[in-house]
Amino acid sequence: MSDLGNIIKKEVRELLTPTTIIPVIAMAVVFGGMGHMIGGITEEAREKPIMGIIDEDNSLLSEIITGVLNEQAKVVYFSTDGADVSEGLEQVEEEGGTALLMVPPDFSESIYENHPGQIRIHWIMKGAGVMDSIHSQTVDVLIQVVNQEISKKLVEEGTSIDPGIAVNPIAKSETTIFKGREIEGLSPGAISGMLASQSVVLPMIMMLIIIITGSTVITSMGMEKENKTLETLLTLPVKRNYIVIGKIVGSAIVGLVMAAIYMVGFGYYMQSFQFAEINLADFGLALGLQDYFLVGLSVFVAILAGLSLCMFLGTFAKDFKSAQTLILPVTLLTLIPMFLIMFKDFDTLPAVLKIALFAIPFSHPMMAMRALMVDDYLLVLSGIVYVAIFAAVVVVVVAWIFRSDRLLTGRIKTRRGRRLRGFLGKLGR
Amino acid sequence: MVRTLVVEVKDLVKNFGPIKAVNGASFNVSEGEIFGLIGPNAAGKTTILRIISTLLRITSGSVNVFGYDVAEEADRVRRLISYLPEDAGAYKNLTGRAYLNFIARFFGSGSETKKIVERGLEIADLGERIDDKVDTYSKGMIRRLLVGRALMIEPKLAILDEPTSGLDVTNAREIREIIKKFAKRGTTVLLSSHNMLEVEFLCERIALINEGKIVEEGNAPGLKKKYRAENLEEVFTKVVS
Repeated sequence: MSDLGNIIKKEVRELLTPTTIIPVIAMAVVFGGMGHMIGGITEEAREKPIMGIIDEDNSLLSEIITGVLNEQAKVVYFSTDGADVSEGLEQVEEEGGTALLMVPPDFSESIYENHPGQIRIHWIMKGAGVMDSIHSQTVDVLIQVVNQEISKKLVEEGTSIDPGIAVNPIAKSETTIFKGREIEGLSPGAISGMLASQSVVLPMIMMLIIIITGSTVITSMGMEKENKTLETLLTLPVKRNYIVIGKIVGSAIVGLVMAAIYMVGFGYYMQSFQFAEINLADFGLALGLQDYFLVGLSVFVAILAGLSLCMFLGTFAKDFKSAQTLILPVTLLTLIPMFLIMFKDFDTLPAVLKIALFAIPFSHPMMAMRALMVDDYLLVLSGIVYVAIFAAVVVVVVAWIFRSDRLLTGRIKTRRGRRLRGFLGKLGR
Repeated sequence: MVRTLVVEVKDLVKNFGPIKAVNGASFNVSEGEIFGLIGPNAAGKTTILRIISTLLRITSGSVNVFGYDVAEEADRVRRLISYLPEDAGAYKNLTGRAYLNFIARFFGSGSETKKIVERGLEIADLGERIDDKVDTYSKGMIRRLLVGRALMIEPKLAILDEPTSGLDVTNAREIREIIKKFAKRGTTVLLSSHNMLEVEFLCERIALINEGKIVEEGNAPGLKKKYRAENLEEVFTKVVS
């Protein structure tokens, strides 16, 4: 082998270690999974939207509407007499539909009298994720098609209608039914946009807090081992629980200060994405004092769970470098819920993803604010209880590791423990 | 005069999976004594010291420190001992003085802490460098700081793993003198070393350890006489062969 080949071989061996490979594989798996899920949602978006029609006009123009929609959408409710909106909505909702469109009796008459023809849309909004409002956007596109077709018809008829009305004959008024609330004048897309701060900003902030505070805990453990200070610490007359709690609280303080600095910059960045100035409280989507308390509690227990988990992972760190790698599982556990919550609401996720999302402790503060806005206290309270139990269990496990000699010898006696140790050991190498 | 037993090690076994790190070791250390454990690498010296320091659990056998079982009464044992690991370090972002302060606060408060730190400063003898960050210290300076840390609390039992490791001849001599001085004041010292000359100079009694077992025990002159050897190195070679 040539000298160059020899050097290249050595470099590849040095660089191609579990430390470098596992994170890349893990990220590829996560993004692959995410892609599969988003692909599934995109596929779902390609399907015809399900909707209902109440045509009280029964005119040639309203026939254009029903014709286009019957062709391009799956119409599960159709009525031409007597506007029973609640019956129509019930039927559409049962079929998993998106909207109920009403054509009032004076629709065509209004157009021929040089006024836009009013149609009324009752949206059924299932979730506030970016992907949840995709069908309503399809229906919006269909209404534009209808608009064009009616416009074409008016031009063909050669009527003396105002050109402005001929080009744009339809005006729509809309009501969105979102988690039992009727929100007048807003489409699901607009509501999703309003809730973007809960869907995007909060999950991102939570992700930053968990990763920054968590990495300080893991690094602290890695440094103790690298600087060979851990043995001295463990022989001092101080309770092991105090060492565990001291490390968690100390790291939380440092991590929170660092996260606050990040968040100031991040807040300015996100401000540039703010759309309209809409007051959520005007639509019954406001939080009360007790809601803010619950959000705070959810954030607190999630940070505690994150730090405990990082402390547990930190016990496997051999040095500073390996500590940096061990933050990876926590990073993944924050990225997965962050992306899921951005795209879909908890309620609109498939059952498997719902279970996964609930099981990840960091999901709960990310979901809390949005859930509390629609009074979903069960999800928030059960999340807080679950995360608190999760944190307590991990703290007990960490305290047990600190009391045993496993912290120094790295030995776990059970078969599962050995496997875990082996995996984390490789990761930390 | 019968001296109080400070350390009682009986049939001590410590396994790491299939590896027997300590294989039935037994020895005693009396109050005020400097007791040396000597043996080759991987003989089990550090494992025994770590067990006595409450860091490792026992597979079988027993270890008592001042009558307290290290497994059952670890908290009590930790109040009486001070352990200096072989390759220990200090917190790099602290100054030497801040590090001594941090440790001293576990053993006293107010003026008591101040006294403890003063003793640590005297033993470490780092001059003005004591107010520099540990990160800037040489290996020898860190070792001096750590010896100061270990002895400043005037422990009942000082467990020193290779106390002069990394020190030059002059510094090593000074540290040996300090250890002797503390033993005279009443601190019992249990140490391990590769350096047979050091052990001969410091220790009243010695245990030779090989493959996890105590293979010989006694004082240096007695062992040399018994094995007709000129020094402990020769004694050790003869014992293990």
